[in-house]
Order: sequence, then structure tokens, then C-alpha cells
Amino acid sequence: MASYTVSGALQRVLFGLQRVSFKSRCHVNTTVSQYSTVYDSNEKTFDKILIANRGEIACRVMKTCKKMGIKTVAVHSDVDSSAVHVKMADEAVCVGPAPTNKSYLNMDAIMKAIKQTGAQAVHPGYGFLSENKEFARRLAAEGVTFIGPDTHAIQAMGDKIESKLIAKKAKVNTIPGFDGVVKDAEEAVRIAGEIGYPVMIKASAGGGGKGMRIAWNDEETREGFRFSSQEAASSFGDDRLLIEKFIDNPRHIEIQVLADKHGNALWLNERECSIQRRNQKVVEEAPSTFLDPETRQAMGEQAVSLAKAVQYSSAGTVEFLVDSRKNFYFLEMNTRLQVEHPITECITGLDLVQEMIRVASGYTLRHKQADIPINGWAIESRVYAEDPYKSFGLPSIGRLSQYQEPVNLLQVRVDSGIQEGSDISIYYDPMISKLVTYGSTRAEALQRMVEALDSYVIQGVTHNIPLLREVITHPRFISGDISTKFLQEVYPEGFKGHQLSDSERRELVATAASVFVVAQIRSQRFLGNLRVSSSQQERRRWELSVELEKGVHAVTVSHSGSACTVDLDGKRMDVSSEWNLASALLPVTINGTQRTVQCLSRNAAGEIELQYFGTSVAEGQEICVIEAMKMQNSMTASKTAKVKSVHCKAGDTVGEGDLLVELE
Amino acid sequence: MAAFTVARSGGRFLRGLYAFKGLGTGRYGPAVSAVRSVTQQQMRSYCAGHLSVQERIEKKRRAALVGGGQKRIDAQHQRGKLTARERIELLLDPDSFVEYDMFVEHRCSDFGMEADHNKYPGDSVVTGQGRINERLVYVFSQDFTVFGGSLSGAHAQKICKIMDQAMLVGAPVIGLNDSGGARIQEGVESLAGYADIFLRNVTASGVIPQISLIMGPCAGGAVYSPALTDFTFMVKDTSYLFITGPDVVKSVTNEDVTQEELGGAKTHTAVSGVAHRAFENDIDALLNLRDFFNFLPLSNQDAAPVMECHDPSDRLVPGLDTVVPLESTKAYDMLDIIHGIVDEREFFEIMPSYAKNIVVGFARMNGRTVGIVGNQPKVASGCLDINSSVKGARFVRFCDAFNIPIITFVDVPGFLPGTAQEYGGIIRHGAKLLFAFAEATVPKITIITRKAYGGAYDVMSSKHLRGDVNYAWPSAEVAVMGAKGAVQIIFRGKENQAEAEAEYVEKFANPFPAAVRGFVDDIIRPSATRKRICRDLEVLASKKQTNPWKKHANIPL
Repeated sequence: MASYTVSGALQRVLFGLQRVSFKSRCHVNTTVSQYSTVYDSNEKTFDKILIANRGEIACRVMKTCKKMGIKTVAVHSDVDSSAVHVKMADEAVCVGPAPTNKSYLNMDAIMKAIKQTGAQAVHPGYGFLSENKEFARRLAAEGVTFIGPDTHAIQAMGDKIESKLIAKKAKVNTIPGFDGVVKDAEEAVRIAGEIGYPVMIKASAGGGGKGMRIAWNDEETREGFRFSSQEAASSFGDDRLLIEKFIDNPRHIEIQVLADKHGNALWLNERECSIQRRNQKVVEEAPSTFLDPETRQAMGEQAVSLAKAVQYSSAGTVEFLVDSRKNFYFLEMNTRLQVEHPITECITGLDLVQEMIRVASGYTLRHKQADIPINGWAIESRVYAEDPYKSFGLPSIGRLSQYQEPVNLLQVRVDSGIQEGSDISIYYDPMISKLVTYGSTRAEALQRMVEALDSYVIQGVTHNIPLLREVITHPRFISGDISTKFLQEVYPEGFKGHQLSDSERRELVATAASVFVVAQIRSQRFLGNLRVSSSQQERRRWELSVELEKGVHAVTVSHSGSACTVDLDGKRMDVSSEWNLASALLPVTINGTQRTVQCLSRNAAGEIELQYFGTSVAEGQEICVIEAMKMQNSMTASKTAKVKSVHCKAGDTVGEGDLLVELE
Repeated sequence: MAAFTVARSGGRFLRGLYAFKGLGTGRYGPAVSAVRSVTQQQMRSYCAGHLSVQERIEKKRRAALVGGGQKRIDAQHQRGKLTARERIELLLDPDSFVEYDMFVEHRCSDFGMEADHNKYPGDSVVTGQGRINERLVYVFSQDFTVFGGSLSGAHAQKICKIMDQAMLVGAPVIGLNDSGGARIQEGVESLAGYADIFLRNVTASGVIPQISLIMGPCAGGAVYSPALTDFTFMVKDTSYLFITGPDVVKSVTNEDVTQEELGGAKTHTAVSGVAHRAFENDIDALLNLRDFFNFLPLSNQDAAPVMECHDPSDRLVPGLDTVVPLESTKAYDMLDIIHGIVDEREFFEIMPSYAKNIVVGFARMNGRTVGIVGNQPKVASGCLDINSSVKGARFVRFCDAFNIPIITFVDVPGFLPGTAQEYGGIIRHGAKLLFAFAEATVPKITIITRKAYGGAYDVMSSKHLRGDVNYAWPSAEVAVMGAKGAVQIIFRGKENQAEAEAEYVEKFANPFPAAVRGFVDDIIRPSATRKRICRDLEVLASKKQTNPWKKHANIPL
């Protein structure tokens, strides 16, 4: 998918093509669950659970609670008052203003909410307070159950240095590296020298990719030390760092574990999360194409032995880096429900949230290791409100003016916490949803993902569907040849969008021309009696010129019924559709092949914008740095210029479209 | 100019341009060929002397088609403008144009004008009728290549003829203006011509829709014809409207001003409010005009047009439930609401850059044209001031004149205070909007989305002004004023202002006070607004209401 301009009487057409059945446009509210619905109603757990989170994960947890007959309490910040998770909950309590440290991280307010509502347990979701030992401790002190591991496990695994020591003791493979506090840049360089380049530097306290830098020489080590310690200090108030051997060509593969309070633990197979940008996951799948049963078992057993070593209970994830010879090294353990847990649910049939709640209320695991299957294949795409053409994704904010999830398709699960009209704000993670597809084979799951992405209507914010679609249709991804460097290697110049082939170009032109003709014909259909007679003579043949990416195509369209016959460059194409011009989704059949095109806009001057993907390139000098959402993003000037005036000052909150810096 | 590369590549509407390239081949429309077949028959029955007549007819027609000649046509193109005939060809359905008065010539004999080379068949305007999306329309298109499009007696007479015909059959008139002004050589005859047009503009006002598209200069007395019509559109960079040009301005007031600053599209769409919208170039303007035409009934005897619609009338719009922010002081975009509710998010906004605190424009609900008026909280909190009142009033009156139902979205904190407004006459200008809403007899549906304070509540198509259906969203606050001001008056000098304010908010900052009195018919879920409006419009389609007989009302001008 890429950017194109279609013009003539028509202009600028952007598109994505894929087959899909035509079902959408009504607001379907069915949810297809791929996880187990088995629930023993005699098993008494909790009466009321408070979910100390927002967005999709809060909704996800509530779904299971509802299934189990448990009442739910939502907490929310004031800007979230009408958010989906608030509407979904039985009760809701406002815990403060928009900034997370005043609301979702505000333990006092949340403790008050728990007291006020009489919730017996708290599910923390992921992020926020999910791995906060202080929170777990305070809950324990109040006699409220924390749905997750106990304080000891959170503390042990939350610290990267301590967790490695425990892992070593539990005979888990670890990466050679330095575990300790690094005083200054020179010490960092010395340690890096001992380990041998390349090395990775990151904050001990940070999770995921936060504060992680890779250094290939002394200079980069110094820079990495500075950045990492800064970010660590500002984000965690704890500037301890970790320096370790950087694994070349690594895959990020993690094992889901599930343990109860009675010393039982299971591994629920792996998730391959190698497609990452800036160390944040983009596409995940389960199982991995790379693991053989022996490696899987070895990893699973090590993960379980680590979980047992810390008396782990609840669901957790042990992350490994796997090199090209299938050597695997322990990376860290996440003591919470992961973002990408749905794909594990799809292939194992377990409802992880349900299991967490059971375990938290003291039940033993219902499954034996031998009962854990790998049924089929599941893929998850993280749909973000961000611009994929800038560093594979810079956050974008705005109001979802149109939003339609592809939930009408089979074997598609969409976990989201937003709806049409929701605001993607600067205060929270810009994730729109997790789009999960499932199939009996990987090819089937991938095919469904393509269909689902094409049928996903998101307007009002820039989103990363162009990138997701390119990744899952890339030959390297399809063959399973991936690593955490996939994006940098495949798109060394940055993501530029889909490049059209000649036949795709023809299809696009033919579709645009047909849409134009159909719209023109419809604009003559007046209903009711006209006092002055109209000259009823429908044109059958239209000669158009269509401009696409500056190329002009002479096109002849003949129209009859719902079918258009398009002559283009001596080739004849039959384009037919129901031509519902009010729907964003436009399923068309071109020469017998079904495609789903989205018609984003049409105007009187003949400009038609079909699905997606403008390209934008940034070059030139850095002129100002804004801190937005999770990462530091630099804005770059697209050409050399003098700064004329600056309209913002440090500390200001900026919105999309605001004028920050004027150039001459 | 980009537009021309597009045009030359031969688009849907652009076949006409080929016709002009192949001038003389005689394939110009059915009118021409019909006339020719008649003349061919006549030829057989008359003597050879008439052969020369036949030749003369052909010659005149050919001359009429090239207007001022190829050189001037090229010059016109170089300015980024299309010729008069190219414009008609783009505006109307292919082969639908029927031309009148192709043989009319000017009658001036002074200053050497009587010479043959100074006579052009058809003179400086092309007139006739045709179809836009198969609906009848009368058109005149001034030809800048003939005497700079200047208005002669003959020119005016041609325009008057089609206007008279349009009135007889009841069909709109579209004028494509591109004229240097009066034909000075003709003196008072030219002035008389203007007046003849003005008179017809006035008599036709409210009977048939009249639209002016300014596609070149339009100066002096000529500006009053567009000003009298219902809508004036302009083309950016190539069109100007002013009473007196920059030179005269310089000599009288000593101001240095360019044509563009004085009367360009930007000035008139954003500052003066003379023009209702501007378009990028000739092609963009003409195609948009076709689009716009579909919203209008042909005359005041026709109902608002209904078009085939693919957007379900009972579609829920979940986004509207969250569109109004919880803090009543926070702004939101009224266009978000309008786009969500109307068919296919299609909204033809009138005067989008002038008095932006009110939004007006046309859209469709279940296929039927409606006029939409909405306060815009994003600009000046959506308050009413002089400009927005006048903008709204004129739009409401147009809708009422042409049977177009009016849907009003209210979020208004009141009228804008201040000396500038009072000295400017906000009282009489605000009264225009009040007058227009009160006088309107078309179906009127009102939705109070948030604030409806003070006199502005009354003005905005309230129940008291014969609103047919008035709804409130749960976020509505109907009161004399906001909590703070009210408390200062009611509890003047008392302590505990904050407590009093809370009491006031509890009592008045909600839709109940209006609902219990029946001043709103229902409190509805925002997401169901589209469904409700569509249903109400069905019912109100047969609404009949008349004002008492009068010669005309006396709106406070």
C-alpha cells in the first residue's frame, strides 16, 4: 500500500486491495471469542473486582468477569469519564485528572475507590500498577486480593539485576553481562570492553524497550549511558543500569507461564514477538515458526523452573532472546498479563484472565502440562494511532471520526477500549486495538489478517495499518525469516508504503473510474415527481482521464446495472460491486477477483481518495524535540531553513496541527 | 495552470474543448444541427439567392463560436481562465445546452463601433438553457474575449430574455460573470441594461434560485446583480468584485490597495461576507456548482429535492455520545456533529470562512435537502454577534423561501457583549436572525446540544418561534445565563457563592427546566439524533403553515 494520486476529473487515490466478503456497514456488535468459555459456576471466586487500568485491557478483564458472574468496578481519570471501560463496568470511580501519575498511578485514590466500592480483588491489567510491589503490598495490608503474583515475585523479577541472579540459580540460560550499578560513562565503557561489543545498555527498573540503547563502540557506549540513565531517572526515579552482551540477529520469543499458589506451574507455549520497532512489539504470533519441539520444551521447562524458584503464582511471561542456532537466553520475566496474551489464548483455548482470577482466589490449576495443546496459529497486530512513515510510527492524536472494527469476519478477535467518537489523547498509550486472527494454519491466519486489516475503518487519526499490512505480506515474514531487526533491514530508508505493481495500478485506476461513474449516475437520481420534466437519458459510455501518481490514464467506462466495464491501456476489466457509496468499505470484484477497497472521500471536483497510505519523508536538521507518549521523538525539518519564530515553550502540551516552529 | 492540463486531457465534462478545437466542423450541439437540417430543407425550395443566406448563417455561427477570436481566447487561457463557452460546457450535462440569441449584435454606432470588425454575433455574452444532472437551468456566461465582456444594451437584453423565461417555467438562473463593466461607448443604454437585470433579479428573488459565479472582474454597478442573487461564489486569484477599482480608491481616499486585497476572493469570503464561497480554479468552481445545484429545488413551487440515498436513515452515530466535552467551558467542533448526522458526511458549507462562530450550509437527511444552522463553540464560544446573525438570517430566509427544512444545532452562550457590537447595531442585526427564524414556515427541527442561554436561546429556532420539533441532548443547559453570572445577581452580597453556584447548576444546568415546561419535546440520546430527525422530516414533509397576508414583511434591515 502506498500513496497515489488519481486525477483527471478524478484525483489522488490511495488504496489497499484484498478480498473480503461484503457484510459490513451495519454496526455489528458480535464478539468472537477464541478462548475457552468453560466455567464452573460452583467455583466461588470473588463478588466484585476492581480493574485498576483503562482502555482495551480493562475491557478485556471485564469481559471475563461478566462471564464469571463477577461485578466489576472501573477506575478512570476525568477525561476518561465516558470511556468504553467506564460504560462497561457495573460501577465506576473517578480517581483524578488526566495525567497518569495523578489518576491511574494514584495509589491513594485507587485504595479509596476499593474501600468505597467494597471490591474484594484488584486486577491491574498491564502497565500502570501491574508490577508495582508497593501497590501489591498495600492491597495485602487491606486484605484485598491482588490478581497477580505476590510482592516477593514482583520485586524479584522486577529488578533486572536480581532477576538474572535468580535465573542463574534456577539454571536458566542467561546472557553474559554486567549486573550492577554503573557509576559513570567511563565505567560503562570499561564494562562494555570486558563483555565485548556489541553491548546493550538499559535501565534496571524499566520494562520492555524503555531506556534501552545498543552500542557498537566506546563512543556509542558513552552516549547510550547518558540517554539510558537520563530516561531511567526521569521515568523510574532509579538510575541503575544494566550492560550486557547484545545478541546478533536475535529473535524475541517468550514463554507464557501459569502457576498457582500450591507450587504447580505450567508453560503455555511460546509467542514470537520479533517484529519490533524501537524495541516495542508490532506483530506477534503463536506459535513461532522457528522453534522445534525440543527447543520449545527446553524453554518451557526453564521458564517453569524460574517461576517455581520465585514461588510464582498467576500468569507471567518469561522473555528469551533466541539466536540463529536456537541458543536461547533469559531476558526478563514480566509478572503480569502481557499485551499479546490473546494469541496464546487462541492456540491453547485457555482464558488467561479467568485462570488468573481462579488462581488468585486459591484454586489449583485445572490443567496438566500434557493438556496444553497448540491448536492452529494466531497472529496479533497492534493497531496504533501513529504515523508509520516516520520512524515506523510516531504517535498521532485526534478524534476517531469513523471507526469500524472488522469483527464481522470469522476468526477475528479485536480487543479494544475505544469506539467511534473516542479521542486518542496525548495522555495515554496511542494503541487503538489489538487485532487478532486465528486459523488452522499460519497461512490461513495470515490471510484472515490481510482481510481484517483491509476491512478495518479508522478515520480521524493517522494509523499504522499500512505498515502492518506490508509486514504480514512481506515474503520474509511469510517464510518466517524474521528477527528483531526485521523493520530496519527490510526498510533501511524508513517505511515508504506499498509500491504498486502494474496490474495493481490498473485495478486501482479501474476502481476509481468506476466509483466516479457510479457516483455521477447516482447524482442524477432524483426521487419524487418533478414539476419540470427531466431529460431521462442515462449515459452508457464515459471517457475519463484518471491521474494516479502523476501518471495520466485514458479510460473508457461502460456502465450497466451494477457492473462497469473499464477499458484501460487496451486491457478490459470488469468491475462490479453493490456500490454502496455511503459505506467506507467498498467490496469490489475486478475480473472475478474480490478486493476490499475503502473509499475515504469523494468530492465534487472528482477527487477520490481510496484506501490509504500517503508517503512522507523527513530529512534535514533537527529543530526541536517534543516528548510525546512513550518515546522521545524528534521532529525534523524537511528542508534547510532558518527558524523564524517559536510558538511553544518547554513544558507546554502540544496538540496535533498546532504551530510549533515557523521556518523561513 | 494545472486545471488546464487536466482539461486538455479530456475528462468527463471536457469533451466540449475538443469541439472548440475542431471549430467549423459544425458539431456543436443539437441546436446547431437542428437548425441546419431545417435550413437545408428550405434551401431546396428557394432560389439560388438564398444560398448566400445559408452561407451567411454558417459564417455567423462560426464567428459566434470563436467569440473575440483565437488570440483573445489564448490570452484568456493564459490568465488561467476558461472561455465563456468552455465554462458552459463544463457546467451543463453533455450536449444539453440550447443557445439563444446567437445572432444578436450590439446596436451602437458611435466611436466607430458600427464597423463590421467591431460586431460579434452574440455580442459579449452566451445565453441559453440546459441541464445539470438532467434538471433544467438557465445560464448566461459573459464572454471576456468580446469587448472585455462589457455590458451593452444587447448583452443585457439577452440576459433579461433568459431570466424572463426562467421565471415563466420556474427554473434557476446561473450567471457566470466575467465582465469589465459597462460598455462605455453605449452610455446610458448600458446603464439601462444593468437596471433591467437588477429589476429582474429582484422580482425573481424568492421565486427561483439565482446563483452568481464570479470568474473574472466584476466592477462598478455590475456588482449589484450578484449581490442581489441568492449565492455568490468566486474563483480564487482570478476574480474580483468592487464598486471602484484600486486607481479610483487611490485618487479618492489615497489608499494603496491591490485588486486582490480590495475585492479578491479572500477579501469577500473572509472579511466582507459578500461572497459565499471561493474555489480553486474555473474547473473546481464549475464542478462544485454542479454539486451545489443538486441541493436546490428548481423554484419556490417545488419541494426540497430528494435524492437516492445509501446511508440508512436509522443509523446510530455512537461518536455523538461523547462529542460534547464534560466541562461546559471546553470547546468542540460543531462540524463533527453535523458530519456525523447528515447523509454520507456530505455538507456543503456556505460562507465557511466568514463569521465562523455560526455554521450554515446544505446537507441531506435520508436523501432530502436540509439547511443546517449551528453555533460553532470552537470559535468565540459560538456566541452570536453582528456578522453571524446576518449570515444566519440570510441563510434561513433562503431555506424558507425554497421549502428547505431547517435543522438548528444550538450551543450558544448568548450575544457577544461590548461597545463594538452595540455601536455596530447588534440589536437590529441580531433581530434579523430572530425575524428570519420566527417568520420561517418550513419544517424546523432544533437540537440543543449544550448551552442555550438568554435571548440567544429564544433566537435559535426555539419552540416559542414555532419550532416544530425541539430536542435537547442530556448535556443541554437552558437558562438565562451561566451559573457564575446568575449567582452574582441572585445572591448578591451573600457569602458562600460557591455553594449557591452549585445549587444553580443543579437546578438549571440541565435540560429539565425546559423539558418540564414542554419547551423541548424530548431529551434524546445524541447517538439517536440522526434517526429522530429523519423520522420527523418524514412526518413534517406535509407541514402546511402560512403567515398572514401582507405585501411583504418589514425585516429590520
